[in-house]
Amino acid sequence: MALPLRYNLRNVIVRWRATIATILGVALVVAVYILVQSLAVGLEKSSRNTGDSRNVMIVRKGSTAESSSQITREQFQLLQYWPQIARDGRGQPIVSADVVVMVTLPRRESTAEAHVLIRGITPAGMKLRPQVSLVAGRWFVPGRREVVVSQRLAARIANFDVGAQFKTGSHTLTVVGWLDGARSAFDSEVWMDANEARSIYHRDNYSSILARVVNETAGAALASRIESDKRLPLRALPEVQYYSAQTMTAMPIRILGNFLATAMSIGAVFAAMNTLYASVGARTREIGTLRVLGYRRRSILSSFLVEGALLALVGGILGCILSLPMHGYSTGTISFESFSEVIFEFSLTPWLMAKGLIFAVAVGLVGSLLPALRAARLPPIVALNSV
Amino acid sequence: MSAPPVVVIQETSKIYQQGEINVIALDRVSLTIRGGEFLSLMGPSGSGKSTLLHIVAGVDRPTSGECCVRGIDLKRLNESELADWRNQNVGFVFQAFNLIPVLTAYENVELPLLLTRLRGKARRTQVNTALELVGLADRRNHLPRQLSGGQEQRVAIARALVTDPPLMVADEPTGNLDSQSAHDVLTILQALSRSAGKTVILVTHDPKAAAFGTRTVHLEKGQLLN
Ligand SMILES: Nc1ncnc2c1ncn2[C@@H]1O[C@H](COP(=O)(O)OP(=O)(O)O)[C@@H](O)[C@H]1O
Ligand SMILES: [Mg+2]
Repeated sequence: MALPLRYNLRNVIVRWRATIATILGVALVVAVYILVQSLAVGLEKSSRNTGDSRNVMIVRKGSTAESSSQITREQFQLLQYWPQIARDGRGQPIVSADVVVMVTLPRRESTAEAHVLIRGITPAGMKLRPQVSLVAGRWFVPGRREVVVSQRLAARIANFDVGAQFKTGSHTLTVVGWLDGARSAFDSEVWMDANEARSIYHRDNYSSILARVVNETAGAALASRIESDKRLPLRALPEVQYYSAQTMTAMPIRILGNFLATAMSIGAVFAAMNTLYASVGARTREIGTLRVLGYRRRSILSSFLVEGALLALVGGILGCILSLPMHGYSTGTISFESFSEVIFEFSLTPWLMAKGLIFAVAVGLVGSLLPALRAARLPPIVALNSV
Repeated sequence: MSAPPVVVIQETSKIYQQGEINVIALDRVSLTIRGGEFLSLMGPSGSGKSTLLHIVAGVDRPTSGECCVRGIDLKRLNESELADWRNQNVGFVFQAFNLIPVLTAYENVELPLLLTRLRGKARRTQVNTALELVGLADRRNHLPRQLSGGQEQRVAIARALVTDPPLMVADEPTGNLDSQSAHDVLTILQALSRSAGKTVILVTHDPKAAAFGTRTVHLEKGQLLN
């Protein structure tokens, strides 16, 4: 039979100083855990948000990222009229051969530099990526040295305001507009005309091909036809699948998050333990009295475990509340796929919060176990000894 | 002396090991207490009164000898069984009241009942009856620190009797009280033995308090006199 919960509640309120310290400790741990994990979730979400289910991405076999892939003009010409690829109203295949270039540019708020991904794109390529929209300025004009940069990237890179110019190599590019990638991987890109990009960066080859396929079966057929064609050392896969596999960057963040949380939780466990040991010490006579009244050891044990879990749960809830304002906050890191700047946002999911709370309760239970055992081992006679 | 024996103690000893020396707190004590008796246990400080009371109440175990309460040999009960047994059979009144400071008078009295099958209205009725019996029904929502010492001890008595145990034990219950409060407390204990038929054991070194009982026994150096 358990002691009533209000008994624990009032005890933690009476000992409010220690209670607040413990709650804050747990809150801090949970907030850090949730925030770091929400970065990993945000990164993965940005990858998962990218792509159109009707598109197929073609890259060189063995390339995990577009930036390390190469496709020759001959290879492109060989496959662009295949019947698996959809046609537009004028009978032209809906396919775009893009060139992806990595450039080094100064950051906006420091002297450091960042690698930024420039995509040379065709009108078809833009049509194939409908989630990208113009939010300021205008689109670039083919044949001119103009770029449209991601609005979110513009917050982090120097000279990315509309109308500004920046140098790359011996060329000067003018920013004529801002794009928005609807929280996708395109939020980390700079777009310009494909031919212009190939000319200023001296690229003969393309980096990737994006094609609209007639239907899913056609997509699979295209993939297997490329696979079996000896002239094409390429690989085709659904665009959505290509991007959702780009989660390598999230992994070290997850590991870091787990490491940080584990290290900090050891501190929180000791804080909770300390609080509860003090509580057991101060309540020795009370515990003995409960034993005299007929409460079993098990009741005392569970009462202290509940108290520890309760404290930690409140800390966990506070940690969730503290981390919540960061939800949707845009940030960037260096991609582990391409080493370019990737823009994404903190993403606090309900599941992440639930994990944070479970984590908090676990900290509370571990921290209260030893004090609870000490309390449970007290003999009833202590009710009478220490007056 | 027709009532059946409630407490039967035979050759009970309690020896505390204190480093090299053994402290003999109880030295082969034998005692029988009958149902409805109000026994006053007297003796100088350190004579073993509390030790004897704890053994009878199942709070402590003797080093040797027998202690049977209502036919049950307490030696045979394990920790959990003994806890249950205390809940059902003993009402314990402490010298220092031992109320739970964060719980109200009502909640303190309710504590032993939470271990029984009693639920809802029946439980409320029983708690209120106990509080009325000690004359503190109007203080049910007070915390211990909002009560006087005498009131605290009466709440503690209500808590001891709320499960209707056959045996009430009190270890110097008036030791911390003024004479009027002490008188009130002793009157309640006396009434419990007289009209409710409870067996009461009162430890005291005050002869006036002992006079409330039906019989007085004296301990000295762990031994029962005559
Ligand atoms: N836990 C203990 N350890 C050692 N000696 C004890 C302990 N409890 C009681 N004693 C000794 O046992 C004797 C009897 O104590 P007690 O029963 O409390 O006496 P009383 O209640 O009559 O004053 C005393 O000499 C006391 O010092
Ligand atoms: Mg004593």
